[in-house]
Amino acid sequence: MAGAAPQGASAGSDIYRGNGPRLLLPVWLWVGIFLVAPVLIMAVYSVLTKEFRGGVIWDFTLAAYDQFFLDRGLFGDEPPRIEWTYIGIFWRSIWQAGLATVLCLLIGFPTAWFIATRPARVRSVWLFLITIPYWVNLLIRTVSMKFLIRDTGPLNEFLLWAGIIDTPLALVNTNFAVQLGLFYSYLPFMVLPIYAAVERYDFSLSEAAADLYADSWTTLRLIILPVVKPGIVAGCILVFVPSLGAFLAPELLGGAKTFMIGSLIEEQFKGAAGNWPFGAAASMILLSIVMAVLLLHARAQTKGDRT
Amino acid sequence: MTDLRHFTGFRPLTVLCLFILYAPLVIVAVYSFNESTSITRWGGFSLKWYVDVFTGPEAPKFRDAAINSFTIAIGAATCATLIATAAAVAMTRAGRFRGKLASLALINLPLMVPEIVTAVASLVFFITIGLTTGLLTIFLAHVVFCIPFAYLPISARMQSVPDVYEQAAMDLYATPWEAFRLILLPLMAPGILSGFLLAFIISLDDFLITNFVKGAGVETLPTAIFGSVKQGIKPNIMAISTLLLGVSVVCVTLSWLIGRAGQKR
Repeated sequence: MAGAAPQGASAGSDIYRGNGPRLLLPVWLWVGIFLVAPVLIMAVYSVLTKEFRGGVIWDFTLAAYDQFFLDRGLFGDEPPRIEWTYIGIFWRSIWQAGLATVLCLLIGFPTAWFIATRPARVRSVWLFLITIPYWVNLLIRTVSMKFLIRDTGPLNEFLLWAGIIDTPLALVNTNFAVQLGLFYSYLPFMVLPIYAAVERYDFSLSEAAADLYADSWTTLRLIILPVVKPGIVAGCILVFVPSLGAFLAPELLGGAKTFMIGSLIEEQFKGAAGNWPFGAAASMILLSIVMAVLLLHARAQTKGDRT
Repeated sequence: MTDLRHFTGFRPLTVLCLFILYAPLVIVAVYSFNESTSITRWGGFSLKWYVDVFTGPEAPKFRDAAINSFTIAIGAATCATLIATAAAVAMTRAGRFRGKLASLALINLPLMVPEIVTAVASLVFFITIGLTTGLLTIFLAHVVFCIPFAYLPISARMQSVPDVYEQAAMDLYATPWEAFRLILLPLMAPGILSGFLLAFIISLDDFLITNFVKGAGVETLPTAIFGSVKQGIKPNIMAISTLLLGVSVVCVTLSWLIGRAGQKR
């Protein structure tokens, strides 16, 4: 088969012209019914009254959002002040997701660059090695990390044996563990899009810079980074968005003090103490933050295309 | 002349990156062969935890969970592959039409909505329409997030196959359906198989959404593992994790090899 047929890219092919909408009907129906409709219903739930044993009463109220943002005292009769508990959880989640993104970028960019600049045949092997963890069960990866850093786990055993520490490090149930877990979970998500961008990078740009006496780090800063920026931004979004709503890393590696958005939401739907409208409202706020990030990205991209 | 592609320190960072990614997995896999009951002391090589997974006291639980997981993964991946193939034909071979861009956004929507939000939304949706949570609701929810993963390799493959063969068939009076079935589909087979395998793994691996829509008493492998791990990491969990890890690695490797073979031919 002609792998590289000259007119090969049949993106503009129209041999099944007129069938487009019909062929897309299954996607529209399935995603429409089982994702778009559920999100809309969740939006409705967030403005309903909570039922005490989980569930909702169909009475309109903004109580869930009120509880999220405002503190009206124990009996609800004091003048409202800003409630910092939930805003604090969101803020810490955003901060941790941001830090995970930066850490992933620091390791992910050199990795992506190194792999993309290998000769074609070894390159695909390197790439394959990065891809495997991407597809390995996130639960298993998180459990493995927990096993590794436990108080009596292999990491501590090794450090004790090597004489680097005298007493085991208590890593599990700390912010550090959650941070490590997020970084570890989403690291492959950073490498792949940057790799794709570097692979398309035109090295004559680097040659031109070298001819004008730029050293390699200057070239990196002034030429390479701006050119591969779309890949870097895509990687950052792919790390930041799932980190923000992460559930497994904080739940398994963190403790009560390292509560993140994911656990806050999950708790509202488990057991009798749950509050479904509040969980739905917290989900809507999370979804709004994510959509805002994606819209900003889309706007920046279309602006970039025009110039 | 210095090598413009070379940056000092990038190679060690790459090695570090791979080390970070693999070390925990390799260590768990090694310890799953540990003879000792204490999970941290090495007591010699043994397969006893694997035997325990299949015949031990928790074996029936794991067997049921595995049957559920594989049934749902095969069902959801098949359904998502059919939907994604139809969508890929529309996006790459049906010319321009209204709603094309919106459709692409819709296909990728499951990747953009945070998983916890999808999980909550699915739960309240199934309860609102009165569908009892269980295997069926897991399947319905899994197809949604399998679609973009199946779509990616299928549409990539379709873009790289020129439409001249189908055009030749249609010049010889094949109907569009015949051209699709007899010409495009065989040419597409590697992409479709890759898409199926990736959707299969994604479904097999899902924990969060499954945990919300599974209902009481129904377990898949990830939810069963999560339930066990909350009480501490036991050696049989490391064995079952290693088995599941093996399934993922085999599927990804197959998908990769199929993709490469398809490019070479």
